[in-house]
Amino acid sequence: MNIVVCVKQVPDTATERKLRSDDKTLDREAADGVINELDEYAVEEALTIKEAHGGEVTVLTMGPEKASESIRKALAMGADKAVHVSDEALHGSDALSTSYALAQVLKKVGFDIVILGAESTDARTGLLASMLSERLGVPQVTLANKVEIDGSSLTAQRLTDYGFDRVEASLPAVVSVVEKINEPRYPSFKGIMAAKKKPVEKLAVADAEIDAAKVGLAGASTEVVDFADAPPREKGQIVKDEGDGGVKVAEFLASKKFI
Amino acid sequence: MAEILVLVDHVDGEVKKVTFELLTLARRHGDAAAVWVGPGYEGAKDKLAEYGAAKVYVAADEELTSYVVAPKAELLAQLVAEKSPAAVLVAATGEGKEIAGRLAVKTESGVLTDVVDVADGFVGEHSIFGGAIVSHAKVTKGTPIIAVRPNSTAPEAAPSTPAEEQVSVTLSDAAKAAKVVEKVVQEKGERPELTEAAIVVSGGRGVGGADNFKLIEELADSLGAAVGASRAATDAGWYPHTFQVGQTGKTVSPQLYIAVGISGAIQHRAGMQTSKTIVAINKDPDAPIFELVDYGIVGDLFQVAPQLTEEITKRK
Repeated sequence: MNIVVCVKQVPDTATERKLRSDDKTLDREAADGVINELDEYAVEEALTIKEAHGGEVTVLTMGPEKASESIRKALAMGADKAVHVSDEALHGSDALSTSYALAQVLKKVGFDIVILGAESTDARTGLLASMLSERLGVPQVTLANKVEIDGSSLTAQRLTDYGFDRVEASLPAVVSVVEKINEPRYPSFKGIMAAKKKPVEKLAVADAEIDAAKVGLAGASTEVVDFADAPPREKGQIVKDEGDGGVKVAEFLASKKFI
Repeated sequence: MAEILVLVDHVDGEVKKVTFELLTLARRHGDAAAVWVGPGYEGAKDKLAEYGAAKVYVAADEELTSYVVAPKAELLAQLVAEKSPAAVLVAATGEGKEIAGRLAVKTESGVLTDVVDVADGFVGEHSIFGGAIVSHAKVTKGTPIIAVRPNSTAPEAAPSTPAEEQVSVTLSDAAKAAKVVEKVVQEKGERPELTEAAIVVSGGRGVGGADNFKLIEELADSLGAAVGASRAATDAGWYPHTFQVGQTGKTVSPQLYIAVGISGAIQHRAGMQTSKTIVAINKDPDAPIFELVDYGIVGDLFQVAPQLTEEITKRK
């Protein structure tokens, strides 16, 4: 089984995140980079599938040189190898052009199953998995909190507003996972050491037959017009409970016409 | 005026409130044309008229809801090609955004997600990085596809008599690749749905155990509110994960958010920071949640929360 897991390096949510004033893209220098949290669940799911069905797990990422840190993390968890698409031409790509670039790479490297985290903590668009499914012409099995594979058929539980859908599809397929599908493993010391020796293939846009005009800021189909710090919330009233705290909250709610 | 397509969000014919918000938003920028997918339109048509749909495209074929996402995107792509709408609005739910994603690829259009308001020229407003930054973005290619966050627009009634047009679509094989074999509706009781609720009451680490969540539920029920939970509470198994509010859970934007025993880590704030009024009950005066609140009580939630429930019930 050829399993490809897409990961993204994002700014650590515990640090202050910024946009760049010049081209209004994410400031990747301002904050520490970490692997996107939901992608760790995707890596875990990929490893679980490999352990049950055999095969190989390839980590795929697109991003600047620094994104190699997230690749190492996924390799340390147990993935076998990685493909890192990195090119100045990709800077500023939006979801539509990112999905184009990744689809080109996936066509080149081949796959039985592509696994992604359902969304990233930076842009939080949640678009990529459905876009890849559309571009690759393979089933979309997304927002899954349970995935089972039997031969070439796949069943999953897809989270919905009302509960979940049971979904059936056949491989190859694109899968996105939500938190709680599994418990991501911590890399062992041995895993961390082994990761240093695992192969990472570097691809520029030309290597993956990505049309440079369709990616990056110039190829984007959306544009950030402006941005500013959110206006600070007015300082609220904070009261120490003197035994009547519940009544006081009720009075506040009444003053705001909630009760 | 140009048509703006609004994909109706409904569960088995029960229209969700976000649809009325989308219709209200669409009317500000053009003629609101609702797109109904699946069975159940007859029972819902009055509601769509009440909120000012000038037109309704009805695609009633059950096949459209028998597969994951793709058929809805195919239908919308067909309507975009035939009707040349000025924009397409969908709800920024997990599924809504996925429909937007496929539609964007099909129509080679830009897509904006989690928009909280739409200005002239279909400039979308976003609240990003857990609410720290407000940004505006627009679509520069194709038909603007905009996924709007529930609870960000106040729905306004504007009764109309919509024209109806039946639409049929012949699905491609690719659209039928992931089959929904069973829809499992989980018991949610009488409470409103988390992302749609006007009031949300959430419990966190301070609640201390699964049994104690009864306090949170009782407070929520006294207000007709939805129940949420912080990640600490769902990770501990005290409350089901589907109710998690935060970065990796649901994003809510209710009129009133009451955080009980929640410290307010960024993980949680990212999911609730755009709530209009925020109240917190926490025993730690230095908890970061107090930076956000309109009203905060520093105290023991096991004293304050039941007293609040009792007082609300008394005042009814």
